[in-house]
Amino acid sequence: MCLGVPGKILEIDGTIAVADFGGVRRKVALDIVDEPVAVGDHVLVHVGFAIRRIAPADLEQTLAFFDTLAADEREELGP
Amino acid sequence: MTPPDRIEFRDVARGRALSRRLEQRLESAGRDVRVMHVCGSHERAIARYGLRARFPANLHVHMGPGCPVCVTDAPEIDASVTLAARGHHVLTYGDMLRVPGRAASLEDARAAGARVDVIYAATQATEIARASADPVIFFATGFETTAVATAAVLLADPPPNLFVLSAHKWVPAAMEVVARSPDSAIEGYLAAGHAATITGYGLLEPFVQRHRRPVVVAGFEPLDLLSALVVLVEQITSERSELVNAFPRCVSRDGNRRALDALFRVFELGNGDWRGIAHVPGGELRLRSEFAAHDASVRFAAELATVHSEPAAQPAMEQCRCGSIMTGRSTPLDCPLFGTRCRPSAPVGACMVSSEGACRIWHEHGARGVESAP
Repeated sequence: MCLGVPGKILEIDGTIAVADFGGVRRKVALDIVDEPVAVGDHVLVHVGFAIRRIAPADLEQTLAFFDTLAADEREELGP
Repeated sequence: MTPPDRIEFRDVARGRALSRRLEQRLESAGRDVRVMHVCGSHERAIARYGLRARFPANLHVHMGPGCPVCVTDAPEIDASVTLAARGHHVLTYGDMLRVPGRAASLEDARAAGARVDVIYAATQATEIARASADPVIFFATGFETTAVATAAVLLADPPPNLFVLSAHKWVPAAMEVVARSPDSAIEGYLAAGHAATITGYGLLEPFVQRHRRPVVVAGFEPLDLLSALVVLVEQITSERSELVNAFPRCVSRDGNRRALDALFRVFELGNGDWRGIAHVPGGELRLRSEFAAHDASVRFAAELATVHSEPAAQPAMEQCRCGSIMTGRSTPLDCPLFGTRCRPSAPVGACMVSSEGACRIWHEHGARGVESAP
């Protein structure tokens, strides 16, 4: 139940969108998402409601964070 | 630009590097370090990706009160079963179906002919009620992440025959209970990334100040968890107690204000009982009186009047260690019922019922590689 699933927005009709979850299409309500969502965006969905738009910049920030932590082992990461 | 694929959060080279860093920190600590996460999805990710088998032997990662199904109190289940048994149409999320109340589960009621349907999205409750002439009762369970969905349903002009039986719970209140328990050996906490997506990590600041224990907000991919553990262990071994957001792609300081506003327009915090944890001050999300017209506990008060006075049953429950496991004092392997009298096909305690419960996850993924009790 308490499972957050990231999905990609395929269509939007008012406050209802259709999103793709790894090949499964489901309706997603946009009533409480934190910022405007467009087709092609990724959103985090809980029990049918989008609760967060996942911006591409935020994804990059996370990867950079992993790399900072792994900095001691940098040489092990390869080219 | 195209967002990176999720696979990048499972990158093996980065994972190895983070694992080594974790090992180094625990080796130089030279003692046991005990931490807790409060999320079934964290435990599932730890088990699924085999992380626990790779944790250093002196790192103990406990699963706290992070399974909403597990902490839904037996009288709350009983209330839903009572309404179903009296002929009302009850909707619930799938993992609630098999959770035993004191006498029966919703599945038992359904087998006896009651009208119980499973939904996967809160909006289905509205759709089903609109298509029905009868009262439709949505047994709404879960933490703030699912409570916001219930709130949004009630704010979107719901049909008059839709009633919510709320068992929603507020996670920060249970962390408080664990941190205050006098025999707690937990030195730091991983906070659930999705709950923090709603509430914001700033909400945890007073907890960190009050208990002088570090809290790291963690995501759900293997690298999210490993990096969060590295940060948490570094905080503990260097005797720092800070709040760190290790899930920045979803979590901000203030959270989702729109969702939080919806949540607290519909619900208010009350004191409640959590299964296995006992009384949790401020741990319950109750419908505000403005929503009494859709509150099943108001509309069906007469039918529910007997629920709370029914006696407890099941002598095996007395041996169940769910409460001790959820407060970080035991692991599933310490429980005399684990894997014997208590199994996924015949659960005794709530931790075995839900796919988000610690016992169920340990049972499914095997004990190999999991830590033994202290």
